[in-house]
Amino acid sequence: MVETVSYRPFAKALPPGRARALPWATVIAGSMVTAVPVVASLPLLPPFGLLMLLTWRLLARFALRPWAAAPLGLVDDLVSGQPLGSAMLLWSACFLVIDLIEQRLVFRDFWQDWLIAAGALAFCLVVGRLIAVPIGAHVDWAILAQVGISILLFPTSARLVAWIDRKRGTPA
Amino acid sequence: MAPARDRRTGFSRRRQYGAFLGYVLMVAGTLVGAVLLVVSTFDPPLFAAMRMAAASITAPVSSVLDAGVRGVASVPEAIGTWFRVHGENAELRAQLKRQQALLTRARIIAYDNWRLRGLLQLRDRGAEPVVTARLVSSTASSGRRFAILNAGRFQGVLPGMPVIGPTGIVGRVLETGPIAARVLLVTDPESLIPVRRTRDGLPAIAAGRGDGSVDIRSVNATNVRFAIGDMFVTSGTGGLYPPGVPVARVSANGIESATAIPFAAPDSLDFALVEKPFMPVPARPPAAATARP
Repeated sequence: MVETVSYRPFAKALPPGRARALPWATVIAGSMVTAVPVVASLPLLPPFGLLMLLTWRLLARFALRPWAAAPLGLVDDLVSGQPLGSAMLLWSACFLVIDLIEQRLVFRDFWQDWLIAAGALAFCLVVGRLIAVPIGAHVDWAILAQVGISILLFPTSARLVAWIDRKRGTPA
Repeated sequence: MAPARDRRTGFSRRRQYGAFLGYVLMVAGTLVGAVLLVVSTFDPPLFAAMRMAAASITAPVSSVLDAGVRGVASVPEAIGTWFRVHGENAELRAQLKRQQALLTRARIIAYDNWRLRGLLQLRDRGAEPVVTARLVSSTASSGRRFAILNAGRFQGVLPGMPVIGPTGIVGRVLETGPIAARVLLVTDPESLIPVRRTRDGLPAIAAGRGDGSVDIRSVNATNVRFAIGDMFVTSGTGGLYPPGVPVARVSANGIESATAIPFAAPDSLDFALVEKPFMPVPARPPAAATARP
């Protein structure tokens, strides 16, 4: 029998501990995508960790604690090749700015979420480039392409996060 | 989407303090990140141990994935070579016949070379390979060009060792962990390699551009012209890389500086050879006698 009803309010949710850990695990898994066996010559791989973090923050704001950006950024710094502390700083700054936006823009729809995520992704990637790579390096077009790819991936990651969020239920 | 406000914490002191502490920790995390960033900017190798511990976890995963991808990719290749084998055989026989004379001449030259070097009392430093390993992953989302090698201190890999592929130089080891090492690729924006032109020995520097190519810059001569096809090999200056390893071929004409494509494409490497530094850093001279009248 094929399951057609996706809304099942009385289904058993995950135990609270695991439901809390799941968003963290998905963000760390996103950071670990750099372990794919490819030796790239251009920085075109989107920052999946940041993408997951922003999606969780915008779609399910209580899934991650307000301070979660810093430790998750530290994990990303360990595997991303950026100088240690850059993702910690930039991801926390994104959380702060999203909090400020949320105070003013209380009723958001998906397009506004996408716009906020696009701004945050562009900010993190461009500032990350300025921090890590000397000004004279020829990576600017690649970084712009990376920003574009990351922004276009936001709807996909939103679907993924919404699916995980529905499966994990509401943590008590 | 309806607003979700967690500021309305009710009368529970515990919730109020909890929410407040969350924001304090968020700002504190930002500040700690800024401090770590400044520290790691001024002293990049400081956090190498943490990074390489993480790499030692991801490198085995990457190795397994890499082996899987290679296994799958080898299937169409095997089928293709099966059909091409007869044509290739005839081609290779003809080539062997053509090159027989060349081989004889090369043997004579090699013998002469060995004899004359013996007369000159020159001592050749042979390459001392440390380990053969694979580049299994890279920092594909960052502007820096690092690759992870699936061999580390347990296999004898130490920072500063050159990494050489079958077609040319790949880079050098920057940080090592127990079973993984981080390699600074030739194309990294902060990589500099002393090179010389094969044609006339003109000294130059190969500086990475960050986009998969390198810049060849002339060192001390002015008004130097680089032409398409000029080939550069390591010069051995600085003592890190052994001399004579191919580095890059110029792809656009230029004066004083030209773009070049490295010979070794790190993604298509079967194996990378880690060697000992060509000239190890000399030991410190013994301290002068401290006893003074």
